[in-house]
Parts: sequence; structure tokens; C-alpha cells
Amino acid sequence: MTPVGRPAAPPDQFSEPVPGAPLVSFKDIRVGFDSGDVLNGITFDVWPGETKILLGEGGSGKTLLMKLAAGLLRPDAGNVTVMGQDISDMPEKELLNFRRHIGFVFQEGALFDSMTVADNVSFRLDEEKVDEAEIETRVREALRFVEMEPSMEKYPGELSGGMRRRVSIARALVDRPPLVFYDSPTAGLDPVTCQTIITLILRGRDSQGVTSLLATQRVQDAFGLANFRFDKTTGHIVRDSPNEVRTAQTPARESAQQSAKQSGAQSSPVPPTNVLVLRGGKIYFEGAADELLHSSDEYLKAFLASAE
Amino acid sequence: MPEENETLQPVVSALAEGIKRQVQVVQDYAELSFQSLANVFTPPHYWADTLEQMDIIGVGSLPIIVLTGFFIGGVLVLQTASQFERFGETALTGDAVALALVRELGPAITALLVAGRNASGIASELGSMVVTEQVDAMRALGTDPIRKLMTPRVIATVLMLPLLTAVSDFVGLVGGFLVAYFTLRLGPVQFWTRAIHALDFGDLVQGLMKPFIFAFIISTVACFMGLRVKGGTQGVGRATTSAVVVSSVILLVVDTFITRILLWAFNK
Repeated sequence: MTPVGRPAAPPDQFSEPVPGAPLVSFKDIRVGFDSGDVLNGITFDVWPGETKILLGEGGSGKTLLMKLAAGLLRPDAGNVTVMGQDISDMPEKELLNFRRHIGFVFQEGALFDSMTVADNVSFRLDEEKVDEAEIETRVREALRFVEMEPSMEKYPGELSGGMRRRVSIARALVDRPPLVFYDSPTAGLDPVTCQTIITLILRGRDSQGVTSLLATQRVQDAFGLANFRFDKTTGHIVRDSPNEVRTAQTPARESAQQSAKQSGAQSSPVPPTNVLVLRGGKIYFEGAADELLHSSDEYLKAFLASAE
Repeated sequence: MPEENETLQPVVSALAEGIKRQVQVVQDYAELSFQSLANVFTPPHYWADTLEQMDIIGVGSLPIIVLTGFFIGGVLVLQTASQFERFGETALTGDAVALALVRELGPAITALLVAGRNASGIASELGSMVVTEQVDAMRALGTDPIRKLMTPRVIATVLMLPLLTAVSDFVGLVGGFLVAYFTLRLGPVQFWTRAIHALDFGDLVQGLMKPFIFAFIISTVACFMGLRVKGGTQGVGRATTSAVVVSSVILLVVDTFITRILLWAFNK
């Protein structure tokens, strides 16, 4: 008798993006609760090097999509493929291994409140039994990146909301994952702190080549990510020139496109930042931030106006 | 008749739905408890977390166990002595206190106190972690929350409750002796000789086996209630109350059955 069941996942199953394929792919996703469907027929891809921004009103299913992408929830129908692996019905044990290759920033930070900032950031490295000296170096580096190094011995309860988000970003980036999910990282923060958080995300994207899926209610976040970039040579955030299409700027995108060329696959020039607007459980708009800005659709106009 | 059927149908389906939900809860609890046990036999192990929980549950509960154990022993002597005095057999007080404490009151009262103190603590801690997404964050970081949070608490409770029970039994006997000495004028040799001789191997097995089972019930119920919290802080409050009430009720019901089985096993 042949044993039935999924074979155990090899440890490096998720370590490399599949060339020429999207890093995250949602296919005909449906999720419903007692009150009805929250998501219905959602299909979209996130390509290596791309920053996909999920915009939508509260309750439109943005967080749900983020959790589906990380395998924290399962869809009622459809498939979620991440790094070439279908995670929709993957056993939890394999999902735990998969999640070691992604970063996730929760809406309120979700820091472990019984641990110091340093212990929060080093959590994953501790779990992976990384050498202590290496942990110290990488934790300091990650906290320096979010400008939180002086607070490394503090507890989350002693930090402000914005500081907690910054620590959460450091925790997500400490293991240098190729893919990061940001669930409303600016929700409930003042405009200046929101700007700081977006700047950090920009720096992560442009200095480390991180592919990201970001959910937000703030239209300003989408335009900030679409219109600005981190200049590695000057170390400053600069405005993108209007017609510049930065498709090949990130190493991940370059390698994916080269592989696609070699295999003869079609590779359309996808701008690195794209926006997706959710409405009534469906995708209402998908495209570049500029297209959203110049859209003549009444709902989108009203949506943009509400953010001003 | 068809009209009657139509009236009954919603009631029957609501009842069936309710039963189905309860069966689902029992199934989830059984699955979680099994998982927490199975984790003991496979790596990774979180020994530092287990030791920390042993300190919180074991050392932390010691003061209330000593205090209550002492007075339970004392009050037991007062109650039994008033009966034995009628027959002029106050010397039997040592037997009665030893048997009652070691076989039943020590394990049951210690377990109830630990349920009150620690089941509430575990459920509220885990529940708060669930509502603030810390449990999801742990999963997102590739760590199994059952292995990291539940298994150390189960191991710690199972290891510490028998020790706490032994302490409670001993302090109870000391309390009983002091009350017997000052109120009945029973000498130490008379009290302790009778108390020790009254106990045989079966009594000790009974008294020290129960805490293992009670500890498993308390810790698994508390973790289960904590990890399935829904509805924010109000949900945490509800889970905390349920953890204490449900674990106390289950352990008292299970106690009756274990006592019957152990009495039968030792021909008592």
C-alpha cells in the first residue's frame, strides 16, 4: 500500500523565486463568513521587485488578502501560490517553514510584549539557532535601519505607536526576506510618522530589492511609494522622474526578466509600484498609481477625494 | 400534523446545530491536547520557557498552597475530633486526617487552587496574545505557537502539581498535628505514628497519581480557552472565567471516576 499524503518539504523549497513566474499569485479567491462573501473572484499577481498596494475602504478584505498570502488563513475557494508553491491547502507544518522566507508587518505591530525590542527583532534568528554574535550584529543593523537602536532594551509597552511599527519592520526585515507583507503599516498614525514608515518601506524596497504587498487605506501611501525612491548613492529619498519605468532596477526583477527572456516567455514592463483597489469583495481597479490619479471613474474620484 | 412538523423543524435544526458545535469544540480540544503532548517527543523543545513556567506555576503557587494546606489540616482535625470525642477515640484523628488529606483533599484542593490561580493566568495571557495578533505574529515568524506557548505550560503544570500536592499534604498534616496538640492534647508520637501507619502504598499512589491527571486537565483547558479567544478584551475575560470554571468542574468529575478505579485497583 502506498502511503498517502504530501511529502515533507525540503528546507530550501522557498528560498529562490521561480524564474519568469510571479512571486505571489492569487487565483479566483473566495472567502466568506456567515454574513456573506468578503472576497469573491480575486485574481492578481505580484512580480519579483514589484510593490503592489492594496487600497480599499475598511472591511474591504485587505487584511484578509495579506493573511491569505502568508498562509495564516485559508481561502474557501481558489489558489494562492507563493514562490512557486501552492499554499492554499499546505499543512501547517510546511507553512511554518514557508513563513521563514517571508516578512510580515502586522497592523498594530503585534510585538511580543513580554520581550524587549532586541528580543523581538532577534526572535526568528534565535529560532533558527543563528550564532549569538551574528544575531547581535544583525539585530543592531536592523534596528539602526529603522532608527531604533537606542531603544533596543525597552519593552513594547514603553514605545509609541510609530516606534512599535518601526520595530515591527525591523523584525520583518532582519532575516532579509525576498518578500514582505505590510498590513496597514500606517493605520492610526499621525502624518509625520506615516511619512517615516513609508520612507522605511521605500528604503527596504530600493536598497534590499524587497518585493512587497502593502495594504493601506491611505492613498498618500500609494503615491508616496509610486513617486519616490531611495537613492543608494546619496542616501536620500528622491522623486522619480515622471516617465521613468524602473522595471529592471531591483536585482530580483532583473533575474526574473532575464530568465523569462531565456525561456521565451512574454515579459511585459510592469512598473515597480502598482495599485489595486478593492470594492465589494472584488478588484475594482488595477494599474499604476498615475492611472488611478487620472481615472475618470466616479467611485475612484470620490475615493481619492476622501483621502485629501 | 404537517403543520406541527413545520413548527418543530427550526427547533430541531437549531438543536442539531448546537450539538454539532459542542462536538466540534470537544474535537478541537482533543486535537490540541494531543498535539501539545506529541510535541514533547519531537524537537524543537523550549526548555527555557518550560523552566520559566515551572517557576511561575510551581514556585509562584507555593505560598497559597502552604497557607491553605495548613488550615485545611487544622480544620479537618477540629471536625473529625468532635465526632471521635463522642466515642472517646480522639487518638484516631491522626488516621483520619492522613487518609483524607493524602487520598483526596490534598490533590483536589491543590488542583482547585492551581486552577484558580494558573488556569486564569494562562488563559488571559494567551487570550491577550491572540487578540493583539501576537500568536499570528509567531506563526508568521515560522514558530508553532502550540509548541512554543502551550507545550511548556502543560509540561510545567504536570511536573509541578504533584510536587505542590506533596507539599500541601505535608503542611496539612503539620497543621493538623498542631491543632490536635493544642486542642486535644495529642502527643506528637501518638499523632504521627498513627498518621503514618494509616497510609499504605495504595493511598500514596492514589494521592500522587491524581495530580498528574488534574494538571493535564487544568493546563490543556486553560490553553485551549486562551488560544480560541474571539471578541477582544471581553473575549479574554470570558475565556479566563471559562478556563477556571470548566477545568474545576472537569477535574472534580474526573476525580470521582479515578477514585473509583483506584479504590478498585488497590482492593479498598
